[in-house]
Amino acid sequence: MEYDIILAGVGGQGILSIAFVIDQAALEAGLFFKQAEVHGMSQRGGAVQSHLRLADSAIYSDLIPRGKADMILSVEPLETLRYFEYLKPDGAVVSSRTPYVNIPDYPPLDDIFREIRKAPVNVLIDSEKLAKEAGSLRAQNMVMLGAASIFLPLKEEHLKKYIGVLFEKRGAQVVQTNLKAFDLGRQAAFQKD
Amino acid sequence: MKKEVLLGDEAVALAAVQAGLTAGYSYPGTPASEIMEYLIKLSEGGRKFVAKWCVNEKVACEEALGVSFAGKRALVSFKHVGLNVAADPFINSAITGANGGLVVVVADDPGMHSSQDEQDSRYYADFARVLCLEPANHQEAYDMTREAFDLSERFGLPVMVRLVTRLAHSRSSVLVREPRQPNQGLNYGRPEDWTLLPANAQRRFRILLERQKDLKEYAEGSPFNQLFINDQNKKLGVVVSGLGYNYFKEAAIDLAVEPSSLKISTYPFPENKLRQLIEQVEEILVIEEGYPFIERLIRGVVGITGKKIRGKMDGSLPSSGELTPDAVAKALGLDEKKGLKIENFKLAGRPPQLCVGCPHADTFKALNEALKDFPHSNVFSDIGCYTLGALPPYKAISTCVCMGASVSMAKGGAEAGIFPSIAVIGDSTFAHSGITPLLDAVYSNSDMTVIILDNGTVAMTGGQPSFGTGAPLDRLIEGLGVDKNHLRVIIPLPKNHELNVKIIREELAYHGLSVIIARRECIQILGEKKRS
Repeated sequence: MEYDIILAGVGGQGILSIAFVIDQAALEAGLFFKQAEVHGMSQRGGAVQSHLRLADSAIYSDLIPRGKADMILSVEPLETLRYFEYLKPDGAVVSSRTPYVNIPDYPPLDDIFREIRKAPVNVLIDSEKLAKEAGSLRAQNMVMLGAASIFLPLKEEHLKKYIGVLFEKRGAQVVQTNLKAFDLGRQAAFQKD
Repeated sequence: MKKEVLLGDEAVALAAVQAGLTAGYSYPGTPASEIMEYLIKLSEGGRKFVAKWCVNEKVACEEALGVSFAGKRALVSFKHVGLNVAADPFINSAITGANGGLVVVVADDPGMHSSQDEQDSRYYADFARVLCLEPANHQEAYDMTREAFDLSERFGLPVMVRLVTRLAHSRSSVLVREPRQPNQGLNYGRPEDWTLLPANAQRRFRILLERQKDLKEYAEGSPFNQLFINDQNKKLGVVVSGLGYNYFKEAAIDLAVEPSSLKISTYPFPENKLRQLIEQVEEILVIEEGYPFIERLIRGVVGITGKKIRGKMDGSLPSSGELTPDAVAKALGLDEKKGLKIENFKLAGRPPQLCVGCPHADTFKALNEALKDFPHSNVFSDIGCYTLGALPPYKAISTCVCMGASVSMAKGGAEAGIFPSIAVIGDSTFAHSGITPLLDAVYSNSDMTVIILDNGTVAMTGGQPSFGTGAPLDRLIEGLGVDKNHLRVIIPLPKNHELNVKIIREELAYHGLSVIIARRECIQILGEKKRS
């Protein structure tokens, strides 16, 4: 089994938190993983991406070859499109509908959605609305992880366990908010089909 | 044996601690910063070793050398361009030799994700005539760093470990071994070895040259250099190092017959193993991250009769940027895989930018306003978040070269006739390499204005401590001899805009040396303080 994921978003949206939860859940399931991160200058409000590879045998490359990703998981719709060339022809796109507009030439949203819908498997999630419902706008990353979880070769209970671990230090309230965000994202992804 | 999930950088740090580290030193720089971040975290866990950020890489390297002199194990880590700053002690440490194990970890940044060049540190190791180990994955980063300390003591020389961005910032699991205790007691270096007077230096250099055959012998037998001969494939042989190995192995799955290969993980590289490989095949493909270091040595001037050599120099692989699995697959003759295409849609770029509420933004706005009166001005700048002032909407700066160069270049610019000649530099970059050129400017009473953006931290690399900030920075500048009347402090906030423009305008108009400190805490650090 191999499962390759491109994580995408804008610096500060918490894609490394998504990666942490998936990494730990994979380890708990006895899988191998490699995860290439972005640090430094690119984090300042710029486009960020992480290549996350899961497998049941040793993984060589830290980077996913073009046309081999099983999933693009993105917290921002324009960023989803930036990595389309990495997706397998039958790969899944799990993308937020909530734009992060910090550039003057941000394209019309409808054009972005039209392009995303060209992927044979695509799930567009209103992460802003669901995160607000869960109790914090900052939890959009966990909404998206919840939505992606219906495709991931990982157990829901393992993912939730490490959401708990990730937010433990910030208190029980923050943990609850993020778990609820995960649940709402997961439900929304199921309802879509 | 225990499994841990680690960044490549963290695997190096943990290995150093478990190799019996006495002290580690560094200056922040992507992609090496997380080595020291992790060392500091580990040192807070009750383990007894020193882990310190230093004012710059040269100082860090010399502090490590002092530890080695005392017979203890030391680690110094920085990014590739940091080794330029530390080049003097690094090169000379090969002459003094190492007493306690001395490991120099350099993280190269091919592709320049966060750098000004993509120089290849293997040339530095070759230049200094010391061993260089190049891991391909996390486990090797751990194993080789541990081995590097033993090798340093065995050969009495510093050892370089070379990382690249993709390994430094990639996360995977690592099997870790039982820790070794630090070296006990003090064991001073011999004065005749460490005092590089010409007579001593000449003798020590001869020893270094004689030791080269020991290093070659080690490289020949090192288990890190793996030769694989496939008698089924007489056509192609692959010479591969570092991350190139991972991309090669990934692509090899799709090849009908796996080529013979030599994985090079130590330098000087194993020449006999290389000859064995070359004898087997008609064609050699060299896959390495960075410059064509191995390829050039194999190729020489006249090549090898009857053999085709391919790599970065003949265009089989791109000669700049980092390697990718796709580029390596193509060089191996595999068809390019195609992903989904987006058509008739303009994908807007999203470059990094200054944070909302960043103090630098207010300083640039005020500076741009003040500069409207001076059509022939020039703003020399430096390395940090404020380099983003080059981009719209500010377009405020016209240079960024290396740490501290803003101040020295502004002096040179002023002496060439530029008025007003302005330097813009952050507080930590100023402490790193801006103090000495400012002293130069004081001595000449140069007609220039230095603006120090004091946000109290090394912001770009994640908020490490700054050594020249707040009131001590003011006293330092006064102490250098800057006229008190032309040392001004402003607080870059929108509400102070008019006042700040006025102050900057006054100092730009002044014919002589002025220093303006724009002081307001980094918005990210402020945010973190509020959250915790």
